[in-house]
Amino acid sequence: MLNIKNLHVKLEEEDKQILKGVDLTIGAGEVHAIMGPNGSGKSTLSYVLSGREGYEVTEGSATLDGEELLEMEPEERAAAGLFLAFQYPVEIPGVGNMTFLRTAVNAQRKARGQEEMSAGEFLKVVREKAKTLKIDAEMLKRPVNVGFSGGEKKRNEILQMAMLEPKMCILDETDSGLDVDAMKLVSDGVNALRDAGRSFLVITHYQRLLDHIKPDVVHIMANGRIIKTGGPELALEVENNGYADLLAEVQ
Amino acid sequence: MALPQAKQDALAARIAGLGFPREGWLGPARGEALARLSAMGLPAKRDEYWRYTDPSGLVAAEAPRAAVFDDSDESPVFDGIDRLKIVFVDGVFDAEASDDLSLAGVEIERLAKAGGADIHWARDVYGVLEARGQVPVQRPLAALNSAFATDGVLIRVTGKAAKPISLIYVHKADTSDAILHHCVKVESGAEITILENGPAAARFSKVLEVEVSEGARFHHIRAQGRDHERRAVTHVFARLGAGALFKSFTLTANGVLTRNEAVIELNGDEAVAHVAGAAVGDGNFHHDDTVFVTHAAERCESRQVFKKVLKNGAVGVFQGKILVKPGAQKTDGYQISQSLLLDEDSQFLAKPELEIYADDVKCSHGSTSGAIDETALFYLRSRGVPLRAAQSLLVLAFLAEAIAEIEDEAIAEDIRSRLEGWLARHEH
Repeated sequence: MLNIKNLHVKLEEEDKQILKGVDLTIGAGEVHAIMGPNGSGKSTLSYVLSGREGYEVTEGSATLDGEELLEMEPEERAAAGLFLAFQYPVEIPGVGNMTFLRTAVNAQRKARGQEEMSAGEFLKVVREKAKTLKIDAEMLKRPVNVGFSGGEKKRNEILQMAMLEPKMCILDETDSGLDVDAMKLVSDGVNALRDAGRSFLVITHYQRLLDHIKPDVVHIMANGRIIKTGGPELALEVENNGYADLLAEVQ
Repeated sequence: MALPQAKQDALAARIAGLGFPREGWLGPARGEALARLSAMGLPAKRDEYWRYTDPSGLVAAEAPRAAVFDDSDESPVFDGIDRLKIVFVDGVFDAEASDDLSLAGVEIERLAKAGGADIHWARDVYGVLEARGQVPVQRPLAALNSAFATDGVLIRVTGKAAKPISLIYVHKADTSDAILHHCVKVESGAEITILENGPAAARFSKVLEVEVSEGARFHHIRAQGRDHERRAVTHVFARLGAGALFKSFTLTANGVLTRNEAVIELNGDEAVAHVAGAAVGDGNFHHDDTVFVTHAAERCESRQVFKKVLKNGAVGVFQGKILVKPGAQKTDGYQISQSLLLDEDSQFLAKPELEIYADDVKCSHGSTSGAIDETALFYLRSRGVPLRAAQSLLVLAFLAEAIAEIEDEAIAEDIRSRLEGWLARHEH
């Protein structure tokens, strides 16, 4: 599904290398987690994959089902099936949440040569999916993320994911700012989307999210590289001992 | 104080060849307007309220030529709205294209016909609100209009009008120089919607005076013509009685020079006045909104919401004032003027003013100009919305607060579709 090879990335504005040779392969239906201390390059990896400006790829590649992502516009990556759940979802005053969702769904359908969803059909689907995430009609009417609480914003991200049905989902610190109940709600939403054709990359500081979204593979990232890869037990090891031991191990 | 010779000469050149009938109730009203004009002279670039907008095209003896604009690539605005149509071609009434001037609860007359009568209700409105609006800021072009307007409509509303009255302007001659003057009196408890649209003339001067009586409601939605080369100066003068409602929205797309002035007096307690504008300009575009709202009664509410989208060197101007007179307690005044600059060549000049002589009031104003929010743009694109569509969505979102001032959803949707059309035609 996702194949990252020797990815080197620097900031466009300054001469600062953030990613220094990331290799990562995620198979169809797999859930991978990336953990790591602050400043290790986790969020940069998610931004570079989704096409945010401000980064320069100096070496390497990232393909989704064989297609080179790094040469595509952000909207093309989305149409190809990539989805990033933002760590800080963006507020867009003046654009209704429903309009936003519908525009996005139909734009992707159009890009894939599918027919646009009718207003009636869309409404039915969105209401159903919103209900399971406990997103009420009022939240759907409000401008995108404006005045939403931290938990509401994250739930709204998962609703977008559910509506867009991407094949490769990246969750960037989706647990940040969530209380226990909200984390469960969000995780349930993610777990409901797990299937053989859909893969996940879960970026997090803490092990606790991985109690809810159980990963197949856990990677530890530090200083722009993946320094260790293992099973779910690796996350527990970090939880118990911190990153220091692991960092010392590789140095 | 006598006018300087240069100003006298400029005025003489501008009004040479213009005249008006002296008879009927209208003659003296015009005469008084001419006297006001002669005392003020025409506006010049040095005048305080013309500092950001060069009036030369508006005051020149001859109307600068403006090519007739073909807007047939788009269905006419308000086409789907059931309305009574009144058409003016280059400022001349077109009986054939207009509907019968009859509507239950409304009296409609043409100024050119009604002016000769001895008595008329419009005598208390025509030139009267304009004259009140000359203090403290002089508006000579409005006085010129009151003196020399060739036609217009006089509308008296006594009930709830069954449908909007739609004033449609058509521009057919590239040297036309039109002056129209409309008066509307909405009697107590009555309600009307006035629509205006279309390119009017190469040079267009229009005054709309509106008396909104106690508890009456007046709605005004205007889509100025897409004719790019025109020059237009328009004034709305409104006076509100107790509990009256006045709402005016203007969409402006294109135009080398447009100056829209709104002068509103809240004279009765608990009156509400909202005036809003959305202007979009690309290239040689200069758009000026000049607004003056006077609170002269208690517990009144006023809102000014002006938004401009500018690119390729377009210029936007906003001069907005809220004056709260002594005793106008519990005033709620709001003013926002914002511009979205789509490139670094465009310019927005804003002069917000508050002048408050009452101590228990709530007044706020804000003015900003900025570029498209890149973070929001990326967020939309990351969800699969293509760049152009994402930009359009954000531009419409920027204008949304102004469009929200239109109460009728069908009309608001029509305005939105015009903006979408403009954005599609003026992509980056």
